[in-house]
Amino acid sequence: MPIGDVLPEISLTLGAVIIVLFATFTRQQQHHWAAVLALLTIALGAGLTLAQWDGPPQLTFSGVWALDGMAISSKLVVLIAGALVVAMSPEWMQTDRRHGEYYALLLFALLGVVMMASASDTMELVLGVLLSSVASYPLAAYHRGWAPALEAGMKYFLIGALTNALLTIGVVVVFGLTGNTGYTEVAQGLAGGSDSLALTIATACIVLGLTFKLAAFPAHAWMPDVAQGSPAPAAAFLTVIPKIGAAVALARFVSLLPPDVAWRAIVAVISVTTMTLGNVAALRQTDVRRLLGWSSVSQSGYALMAIVVMGVGDQALPALVLFLASYAIANLAAFAVVTYLRGRTALADYQGLVKNAPIATLVLIMSLLSLVGIPPLVGFFGKLMLFKVTLEGGYAWLAFAAAANTVVSLFYYLRIVASMMFANSRPVVHVLPGQWTRITMVIAGLLILAIGLGAEVLVEYTSAIGFAM
Amino acid sequence: MLGALVLAISCRWTEATARLFAIVVSVLPVLLLAWVWLQFDLQGALFQFVEEVPWVPSLGMGYRLGVDGIALAVATMSAVVFAASIAYPVNTQNQPRQYYAWMLFLQSVSLGVFLALDLLLFYVFFDLSLVGMFFLIGRWGHGQAQLAAFKFFLYTFCGSLLLLLAIIGLYLSVEPHTFDMRVLIEQQPLAGAGVTGGLVFLALMLGFAIKTPVVPVHTWLPQAHVDAPGPASAILAGVLLKMGTYGIIRIPFSMMAETFSRYALIIALLAVVSILYGAFVALGQKNLKRRIAYTSINHMGYTVLGIAVAGALVQEAGYARELALVGATVQMVAHGLITGALFLICGSFWQRTEEYDLDSYGGLLRQAPLLTAFAVLASFASLGLPGLAGFVAEFHIFVGTFGVYPWLAVIGVLGILVTAALFLQMLQKLFFGTMPQRWDQFEDLHATEWGVLAVLSAGFVVIGVAPQFLLTLIEASATLLVGGH
Repeated sequence: MPIGDVLPEISLTLGAVIIVLFATFTRQQQHHWAAVLALLTIALGAGLTLAQWDGPPQLTFSGVWALDGMAISSKLVVLIAGALVVAMSPEWMQTDRRHGEYYALLLFALLGVVMMASASDTMELVLGVLLSSVASYPLAAYHRGWAPALEAGMKYFLIGALTNALLTIGVVVVFGLTGNTGYTEVAQGLAGGSDSLALTIATACIVLGLTFKLAAFPAHAWMPDVAQGSPAPAAAFLTVIPKIGAAVALARFVSLLPPDVAWRAIVAVISVTTMTLGNVAALRQTDVRRLLGWSSVSQSGYALMAIVVMGVGDQALPALVLFLASYAIANLAAFAVVTYLRGRTALADYQGLVKNAPIATLVLIMSLLSLVGIPPLVGFFGKLMLFKVTLEGGYAWLAFAAAANTVVSLFYYLRIVASMMFANSRPVVHVLPGQWTRITMVIAGLLILAIGLGAEVLVEYTSAIGFAM
Repeated sequence: MLGALVLAISCRWTEATARLFAIVVSVLPVLLLAWVWLQFDLQGALFQFVEEVPWVPSLGMGYRLGVDGIALAVATMSAVVFAASIAYPVNTQNQPRQYYAWMLFLQSVSLGVFLALDLLLFYVFFDLSLVGMFFLIGRWGHGQAQLAAFKFFLYTFCGSLLLLLAIIGLYLSVEPHTFDMRVLIEQQPLAGAGVTGGLVFLALMLGFAIKTPVVPVHTWLPQAHVDAPGPASAILAGVLLKMGTYGIIRIPFSMMAETFSRYALIIALLAVVSILYGAFVALGQKNLKRRIAYTSINHMGYTVLGIAVAGALVQEAGYARELALVGATVQMVAHGLITGALFLICGSFWQRTEEYDLDSYGGLLRQAPLLTAFAVLASFASLGLPGLAGFVAEFHIFVGTFGVYPWLAVIGVLGILVTAALFLQMLQKLFFGTMPQRWDQFEDLHATEWGVLAVLSAGFVVIGVAPQFLLTLIEASATLLVGGH
């Protein structure tokens, strides 16, 4: 067994187990050391992943586990994003009695997402989705004494249970059609012709199952509640990280389908609907975290554009990873600011923030402008690549719809900016004590600018990635 | 030149409360550009003083700067208007540092737009200028400043996204893919590309038309102008609007000459509509600033008309087309200086009275002779009095137009008549007649104010009296561009 190929995943598992044990046997006041442990684990995992970078694209473990550019690069994005989430958490969680276990849950959820990104087998995919879901439900409802958190967790769980069941049904039907679960065999089986009704049902079920993790239409309804109700660092995690794994998993799955399923049209419709719905819903929000939740829905719609044109040009997958990375950084920076401001959420409370918390304001403005795609921030390059591959792939109408949506999104992002910059200030601004969140926020803000200016590195490294098939 | 940009960007962080510092920094690009002007080789290549640093080479984009005659003229004018606006006294609402920092930021990105030789870099600067202006209007504007800032940002961002899509379209059309303007100008990639070419062209023109603005996509302009602080309006009219027309020359005109000539007549018609619409609506305005804002639509209409005529591929009329292009560029420079001065004068009115209603004024001639003198001079320049810059520009444009579309020239000249009427009426209402009691305390211009205005006025008087130095510079490039096809 090529154990070496899954070393990053093993290290994540072991790290999580160690954290659980650590949290069991130490006093609550010491639990912030669990964050250090989690960071170390993630660093180890990222290092081991980097070591896999130079290898040729391949499938290991009898073809169920992909080790290709797409898997490795998305794994790195997930791990770095995970590290940012861990680093912004300690002060938020330090009053919680179960501070330590939180990091173990984060690591398990990360592991699930990594599995989604690497799965080259339908069973593996189900495993990844379920693991990340199961670990995420408690994260959403971590403050169990607080009604909105419970509501968020409940919604998340109910929608998750439904879509995960659908996903499993889809996987079973695919198995029935082809007699196999491995992607390579499934692709061969489907290419040979099969019952089109059954295949349509299977595709619909699996795509639906993945839209839940992506927070794309029609399984997006949990997103705003989770963004608003769950602990701010957990919201940062849930709005960003599962999305990365799910997008890669979706791309991997639809690339197996024969052309007569018209998956491009299906994904294109989901994409347009998602971005439009998210933006329209965000327009009148007066709650910043809810607004970020809806904006996150709309960003999923943009990401799907790259999947639509996958295989037409050779740059679609790099564009997907680049966009996801840029979105992850910007959104995490925004949530780091929210966390730093103790989860302050009503738009009215952000008035005149620039006078009391200039750095937080600056980071938040940069992250919002990056989400719009204003150059030279990192989000610009994500959007640029997306537009480029979409136009190249002949989907000019889709690029146009995305551009129109971007203008709409600018409106609600600007509402936050205007309220922070132009309105009169409130006298007192409560922020989290300590340095963890503050430093994370600053780092995320710097990354937005630095990666934007140094986009060359990202573009170059991702330019050749693809699937191992 | 690059140094000036870097300096402007880096210095704005260390800047103390010093307005003086901001002025010094803002004058630097003027001097550097003047130096480049002296060194510019009229017989040489189209683009000179090229600076190139790779930025994202795998996407074919780089930090490429350089000038041709047109860019140099417009950039120098922009730098002058910026320096003037920064030097002009304004109520910074206790945030002088931020105000001047945003001004310098805006200056550096605006110059970047005019100097960029890379499509994506052009877009980057183009977008950043929106961000800078948004904060200037929103923070230091008056009236419904936030609403105006919003409208401005959303409307023009809509245009710039169309622009981005079109830029990607152009980028994809050359092999190997590149954003380098020089390559694109040389290759004319989308000539004869049918529908794709038409769509890319439409997106480009819409993007620039919103910025320029050409009727019917001008509606963001009046409100943004009225609610912006005086110097910001001067920059908005003097510099930011030029990005639209400069963009038309630089991108669709140069890179898609064939497609441009196919649609030149439509563009010329729209330009004439803008000229007349701008003039008549301005005539109907009772608000001082709104009136000047609408004359901007009128004047930018002349520029667009000139460009459209220059792009019309009528074989024998080469000289007429060149004249029109030269006229369009001179009009950009002249309008920048003149309207910059007019908006600064508006700013002076607001500082003193917080009142823009024309009917509430009268008889200020005796109270404020200097203000009157400068306002009269600028208005006359704006309506195209011979001997001042506006005349040189409009003369070139109309002579050129006459050679290509004679009947459009005839209709367009009507615009000049109306403009003359509206400026004369404005002057009469402001400075003549009886003065209402409430303006007893009205002060005349302070030393800095009239100093700044004197510099701008000197600019358009010199161009009006001895335009040769400007014309030769622009002609060198215009010949290459028009004769190139």
